[in-house]
Amino acid sequence: MATASQAPAPELHRPSLRTRLRRDKVMLLLAVPGVLFFVVFHYVPLLGNVIAFKDYQAWLGFVDSPWVGFDNFAILAEPAFLRSLFNTLKFAVLQLVFSFPAPIVLALLISSIMRPGVRRFVQSVVYLPHFMGWVIVVSLCQQLLGGTGVLAHLTGALGLPRIDLMTNPDTYPLLIILQGVWKDSGWGTIIFLAALLSIDGEQYEAAAIDGAGRWRRLVHVTLPGLVPVILLLLILNLGTILSVGFEQFILQRDSVGAPAGEVLDTYVYFNGIVDGQWGPSTVVGLVKGVVGLLLILGANKLAHLFGQDGIYR
Amino acid sequence: MEAPSTVEQIAKVVAVVVVCFLVIYPFVNIIATSLSSEAEIVANGGVISLFPTRPTLDAYQAIFAGGVVSRAMLVSFGVTVVGTACNMLATITLAYALSRPIVAGRPILMMVLLTMLFGSGIIPNFLLVNALGLYNTYAALILPGLISAFNFLVMRNFFMNLPQELFEAARIDGAGDLRILLQLVLPLSKAVLAVITLFYAVAQWNAFFSSLLYLQDTSKWPLPMVLRLYVLQGQPVGIDSAAVAGEALPSIQAVQMAVVVVSVVPILCVYPFLQRYFTKGVLTGAIKG
Repeated sequence: MATASQAPAPELHRPSLRTRLRRDKVMLLLAVPGVLFFVVFHYVPLLGNVIAFKDYQAWLGFVDSPWVGFDNFAILAEPAFLRSLFNTLKFAVLQLVFSFPAPIVLALLISSIMRPGVRRFVQSVVYLPHFMGWVIVVSLCQQLLGGTGVLAHLTGALGLPRIDLMTNPDTYPLLIILQGVWKDSGWGTIIFLAALLSIDGEQYEAAAIDGAGRWRRLVHVTLPGLVPVILLLLILNLGTILSVGFEQFILQRDSVGAPAGEVLDTYVYFNGIVDGQWGPSTVVGLVKGVVGLLLILGANKLAHLFGQDGIYR
Repeated sequence: MEAPSTVEQIAKVVAVVVVCFLVIYPFVNIIATSLSSEAEIVANGGVISLFPTRPTLDAYQAIFAGGVVSRAMLVSFGVTVVGTACNMLATITLAYALSRPIVAGRPILMMVLLTMLFGSGIIPNFLLVNALGLYNTYAALILPGLISAFNFLVMRNFFMNLPQELFEAARIDGAGDLRILLQLVLPLSKAVLAVITLFYAVAQWNAFFSSLLYLQDTSKWPLPMVLRLYVLQGQPVGIDSAAVAGEALPSIQAVQMAVVVVSVVPILCVYPFLQRYFTKGVLTGAIKG
């Protein structure tokens, strides 16, 4: 994420460290709780990853548990792990193909609404599902798409087999995508709407004068204007490609069964916290984190090659 | 530019109406079902499509008669209020401290930003919370997520875009950094404070994962955990049967949906007051940086 940089003030006489410490005393004190938080809850657990190389025993603790080298990494060859990796990648690709473009289309639709009042109303409506937690979203789906739900009722009334999307492993990917699109495509429009607003109006006029119709203006002016934002979001998505969303999957894993519903995060949870396989599960989490980091750095490099800013320079 | 053709216009209106319907209908359906009687739900094969013919509040009486749902609501309210207050306090102080070039400001900022690129994993976090003695306490729902790096960035960015000359003038008049924060920065930042408060409060209210990880006692469970137990895992709702004795028991499905409704309504109540800020560029500003 690009942040406005604090340009160093062009000071001719840089005050001494002690003077600056005295000057910033209050500010530094105010920063203490936040800094403590990030150290304790983000950096200390980072060190906790050493148990990937240990046979962690709760009664021995982090320090005294015996080292086992790379023994825990054997988990990376286990069928259950590979299955959850495969599922994760499958859902990630589906999300990229179907859930990613949804907000772009919706943003184009919203921006084409001419009356400001109507536009604001539609925006308020489509942002709302973002604020529903996954437990609520899955409960709503249960009511609408489950065995006794509206969809089953409708298909039953039409003489078709009653459809139950909630417990069917074969249609599970569809369910996941539908839920994701319902919950977050409205919220996702915010950034695209801002990007659309920032496209220079003169470009549209110039294109119109050159005889470009509405569709050609969309293809040649609007979409190129959205490219930087799309690239930025694609990079951010790449970095989280192995985190398809914990709550959504753990809530529904049991109703469709582990073969269809297990992803890396749920695998770490059940294998580690439920079954107590601390070391091997930490390996999975660690590998996931490292791969995610490498993907972000790589994708960012790629964006630079395309002449885009990416998330940082 | 030419006006869009009639066909396009109609297609657009239809698309907008369909989108709005798809968002709103699930809420209509759960409210309707929660207000229905057992007889009507059975007669309709489990589906109340728009509104029950004879609405009844039995389901709500049942869940508010005491017992698990009422307690879970209290817990959720408590955690949301205390948690959001802690979130805001920590985020405001850090964002303000780093909104000016101070000693060690850059490394601290880098430290925060790096956490956005690399997560430390579920297991080490879990073991840390255990080691700190927070397991099975409400603090475990609040402390591990005290500051969201994203919210911090949004707020810091907002603070940095405030007119700095104002603060210079106040400083010359002898105001300290703390007074500038309380009397100038915060009153000027109502929009961003409102949005970030909403983000934190909704996250606390919906918190499910942290409760699943850290709360062992079912008696400490907040609403999302209870919702999952009753609606998704199909446990019979713990109704104090003495309270509704003598009357017909309300429909199980109506009671389940009533629990969903009470989870949704608090969000619906605060949302209209805060959503107008979203479009004001509060969020996109930080991303474009």
